[in-house]
Amino acid sequence: MLRWILGGREAQGTVEKSAALFIGEEQPKNCFTEMQVLKGHFDIVRFLVQVDDLRFASAGDDGLVLIWNVETGDSLIELRGHTQQITAMISYTFIRGGNAHTALITASSDRTLSLWDPDSGNRVQNISDLQSPVKCLLVLVRLDVWLSGGNELCVWNRDFELQCKTVHHSDAVIFKLNLSGSDIVVMAMRHLADHQDTIHSLIHINDGLFASGSHIGELIIWDSVDWTIQAYEHILWEEPARDGQSEFKLNHQKQIERSIQHMSSDGEYIVAAVGSGLYVYNVLMKSVVAYRRIAHDSNVLHTVLQQDGRLMSCSEDGSVRMWELQDLPLPAEPASSGFFGMFGTFGRSSKQTGPPAKKIPEVPGLRSLELIGDLIGHSGAVQMFLSFKEKGLVTCSTDHLLIIWKDGEFQSQLRSLAVFQKLEENQEL
Amino acid sequence: MIGSPDVVALTKEDDFGDSFTDPCSLPEEFSVPLFAHAANANPWTKTSYAKFSKDFILVSEFSEQVGPQPLLTIPNDPKVCGTFDLNYFSLRIMSVDYQASFVGHPPGSNYPKLNFVADSKVVLGDSKEGAFAYVHHLTLYDLEARGFVRPFCLAYISADERKIMHQFQELSSEFSKASEFLKSGNRKAFANELEKKLKDLEYTRSVLHKETELQKMNNGCYSTQAIEKANELANVEKSIYEHKDLLRQITSYPSRKKDVDFVQHEMEKPADTSVIDDTLNSNHSDVADKTVETESESRKSSYTPQLIKAKSAKCFDKRLKTMEELCDASFFHQTLEQLNIIEKSFRGDLCLIYTSQIDRALLSKQSVTSFLFEAERDWEYGGTSTNFSISSNNPTVPILNISGEPLSLDSYTTCIDVDHIKPGVESMEGPPESSTSDITQETSEAADTETKGSFSSDKSIEAFGGVSPSSLQANYFDGLERKSKVSIASPSENTSCSVAVPQMTSDGNLVPMDAACCIGQDGFIFEEPLPELAQECCGDTVVNQEPLSLLQGDPALQVDYTLEESALAESPNMGLTFSELNTEEVAKINIEDVSDSTSFMSASTSSDQAVSPFTYGSALTLKQKKKAGHSALRFIRQYPFAQQAIFCLLSGRTLVILGVDEGTVRKLVNALFIFVPNLGKYGETVQPWLSSPFQLTDLQRWKLIGLQRAASPAGSSILHSLNRYSRYISILDCDNKTLRCPPYKGTLVSHLADHRTQIKRGSTYFLHVQGMLTQLTAKAFLYTFCHHIHLPMDINDQGSVTSRRTNFLLQLGYTVEESKIVHYLSELIKQHYIQGSSKGGNQSFCFNYTTSYLYKI
Repeated sequence: MLRWILGGREAQGTVEKSAALFIGEEQPKNCFTEMQVLKGHFDIVRFLVQVDDLRFASAGDDGLVLIWNVETGDSLIELRGHTQQITAMISYTFIRGGNAHTALITASSDRTLSLWDPDSGNRVQNISDLQSPVKCLLVLVRLDVWLSGGNELCVWNRDFELQCKTVHHSDAVIFKLNLSGSDIVVMAMRHLADHQDTIHSLIHINDGLFASGSHIGELIIWDSVDWTIQAYEHILWEEPARDGQSEFKLNHQKQIERSIQHMSSDGEYIVAAVGSGLYVYNVLMKSVVAYRRIAHDSNVLHTVLQQDGRLMSCSEDGSVRMWELQDLPLPAEPASSGFFGMFGTFGRSSKQTGPPAKKIPEVPGLRSLELIGDLIGHSGAVQMFLSFKEKGLVTCSTDHLLIIWKDGEFQSQLRSLAVFQKLEENQEL
Repeated sequence: MIGSPDVVALTKEDDFGDSFTDPCSLPEEFSVPLFAHAANANPWTKTSYAKFSKDFILVSEFSEQVGPQPLLTIPNDPKVCGTFDLNYFSLRIMSVDYQASFVGHPPGSNYPKLNFVADSKVVLGDSKEGAFAYVHHLTLYDLEARGFVRPFCLAYISADERKIMHQFQELSSEFSKASEFLKSGNRKAFANELEKKLKDLEYTRSVLHKETELQKMNNGCYSTQAIEKANELANVEKSIYEHKDLLRQITSYPSRKKDVDFVQHEMEKPADTSVIDDTLNSNHSDVADKTVETESESRKSSYTPQLIKAKSAKCFDKRLKTMEELCDASFFHQTLEQLNIIEKSFRGDLCLIYTSQIDRALLSKQSVTSFLFEAERDWEYGGTSTNFSISSNNPTVPILNISGEPLSLDSYTTCIDVDHIKPGVESMEGPPESSTSDITQETSEAADTETKGSFSSDKSIEAFGGVSPSSLQANYFDGLERKSKVSIASPSENTSCSVAVPQMTSDGNLVPMDAACCIGQDGFIFEEPLPELAQECCGDTVVNQEPLSLLQGDPALQVDYTLEESALAESPNMGLTFSELNTEEVAKINIEDVSDSTSFMSASTSSDQAVSPFTYGSALTLKQKKKAGHSALRFIRQYPFAQQAIFCLLSGRTLVILGVDEGTVRKLVNALFIFVPNLGKYGETVQPWLSSPFQLTDLQRWKLIGLQRAASPAGSSILHSLNRYSRYISILDCDNKTLRCPPYKGTLVSHLADHRTQIKRGSTYFLHVQGMLTQLTAKAFLYTFCHHIHLPMDINDQGSVTSRRTNFLLQLGYTVEESKIVHYLSELIKQHYIQGSSKGGNQSFCFNYTTSYLYKI
């Protein structure tokens, strides 16, 4: 493309090189044919939180929280108050007076925690002068409390009263919340020290399982009752050399990123964003389903598994890609389809003690992860996306923008309905 | 020497209803009078002996010192009038009876009354000069003038009589606006003048008072000097009273006018008016309460009172104020502006005006789709186009009001009655049948204009004998309000006698009349009789038939006259409706008119100003538009992939024209912008030259971008953005002569842009494009507003709607690619309809995932 514009005629070389990744402009399965660019932030937008069926909140490094209407793309309310970047945001639904209220809790580098009312834009609660910035937030709906995690773990109730807190910890620790009357006590139950490196992601899979992923590509499925390891995968992105060319390329290739940046699960499958690749793991079968080592040109930042066997991922390369799990036509050569033979001898062969890592290519029933569409619009890394099902998909990015991607055909039909409704109202029919 | 007056009757056509209508023929309201080629005459020969080259506007005054004199012409170019004698024509137009000039001491009143009469609007012709004029009389108040009034008139002079007659309604409404500007300014100026005068008088009074006291002290109460001074004082007192009364009258005007809600100017510029009102009212109240002492200390006014001789306010031996002094300067310039607008908008041949009026009328009905390819043209006539419709609701055709049997208002007929001014006319008192002027008098030498002028005011006093001016005013506005509701044209069985229908207000008082006068055409005698047509049309035509007494012995001629006039005068208040347009009648055009028309047509084509409907953006003139058509034509001939490029624009895919040379890029942008749907009033959706990288939002905004190819770092980032968003754009590389865009195969665009087209001229090609695009728009409209293809059978019925839509477009004969065009236009229509014309809100940007190909020359 670029070469063509620069004066060359066709960019055959590029096409060939990324044949599997460059889907081209013909994307019949990509229904997002309409976009709406939302401007409002002045810095990187990092977080998107759904407020209700119609609204979502966005927050980022400019300390602003904006509430948007997903249908019209209107900015509804600006929540101002934080003086530094927002480090975590979560929606908090509670029952008050028989009605469910949804509020937003935000944490910022200015060491404050705030509770916002997205309807009025009021800052309902505010806690400042925390000892350390909060890095993540978790709401426990059943107990009607929420937790903030940073250098310390704090448990708060609905009225922003600190219930209890723990001291600094550096490992995977299971804490138990002890409910005795009105007192809530946090106790460290167990240190899980099986990871070799920093844990980057930790997700809840289902009632019995949770998963954690580390910087060097270790994926561990844990039993949430007795905290034993159910499965251990060390994703190395290894590939046997196919030709001599790979040796040559190796010299130019920096060490491949294997860090598990993000994981998502629908209870059965886990999608792990490993470096710039994707890795789909079946928890029940304890086997890898599909993988693609180079799914993006750069690190994958966020993934989502959808109901229909599709998944989406967004990356630092500024694109969102939609994937479909497809059965391989030839199970005999499962791996070759998606790989480029760049890494032969490189992967570390040092298998860890403990559960043996599965040799990826030999897994039977392996499916391929086919690219069915990509969304290009952002000029910076796509930090996160949020799906509103048929109403669209919201992406936020380093380029300060949010984009709502919509199904053009569906929107067109909605507009037709709106036209006829207005005609009826105006009695022009 | 003034020729015998033309007698022109303005009448209504009424359908017979039994004429055969061809269902395939154009609707009546779209038809334009055809040229009567039966006469086998060359339509381009100019047989008119008008001494001026094109229409112009003349402003004249009936000066009390030197008589009628021309003040200025618009356009202010001596070439326009040529050898045409403005002085003579001023004399002619100012000699018309002018009812509104009545001011002075009405019977039964001790004080001078200002009469806020409406302007009179008449049509006047002079066949010898070849000039016909719409004449708008108005009076301005001047404290130093006789009777406080200065009669002025604004005249639109054309060699085409039919133009004047047919455009009467529009001319009238536009000139009313101009006149209203003048009068508003004049009221303000007059009030100021009165205030000054009052201050003078009160100062004089105080001085006189002191002197009288002094005289009394010195010489006793009954000395002659004392009595003299006392008389003088009394005169001053009276004068003050009179002036205060005048001031009260002038300042009370705007509020009354608001009640009536008649003047459009007031509605359009409420801010202006309120300011004026405030100043008037506040000043008035201030002055009324002021004593001499406070006045001398007044800080509000820098005016120092002067001692004046206590005598009548009327002065004769003074320099008269100029028109600009009479009105406020800003109002005066506003008036000039308005007159210029009138001159521009009525430029050209009648057919052209018709066409553009029809065009405008049709477009106004197409508000749903007109934004796509038609420019919004409110600005084109300086915001007057909307007022055309207003004018059609507000018939202000001259009306002769005669006491007689009251008719129901519904059957009230508007007409121009020929009311030749001559002494002894009985028109005011007589019943309808006898109200016509006696034509024998018309053939006599024209009366002295001076006499006429003064006579007209006399007559009005006679006519309204016991009626006080204030009640007249009230009734007048009553009448106006009614007039707007009145339906036009009632059939009258009696064709051979003139019918002037009286208008009665509900309380039985007379409405002041605007006398219409049409003078000076003896040409009707030369017209060949067309009896068969006459039979046809006379039966239901209301004719004010003057020549009865003159032509008693010659019924054929008389009939012919009636016919001729009725045919020419069709419908004075045709406005935009054209519903009364009778094509049969219209088709009959006398040669003289046509030849005049052609001369105007040729004049107008050379002019820059658009009588043409198609103009984009404020900066884009007719010339640029033609040039665009020309460039488009060249583009199509030059580039074999022009169709693909046009397809991209029509289907809403942004086309980027990339090149090193700005001139080349701009030229291409200029060639292609006419194909951009929803171009916007100012061409907002086109960016002709961009030298910085564009953003995603720019793609949403601009559908046609000229982009600089540069070797600099900025250039490479531009290329990067091109690369990144390549799926949303098509790129026309004008250096390498390549186009990268989705494929298009189909006939629609090839009709639009055929490189073998026979069309030679850019403007012709532009019209061709407009025609095609209009067709396309109509299809898109159909597609958008067909219920059955868009409404789901049930709520989860998305799939069937999609297939119904696709099938519908296929049935319309569109290929898959062409369907995209219609679909895109339809989306634009929907968004426009839902959101209104405002472009606010967050627009979404639609696109397709289709493979692009590279086209080369």
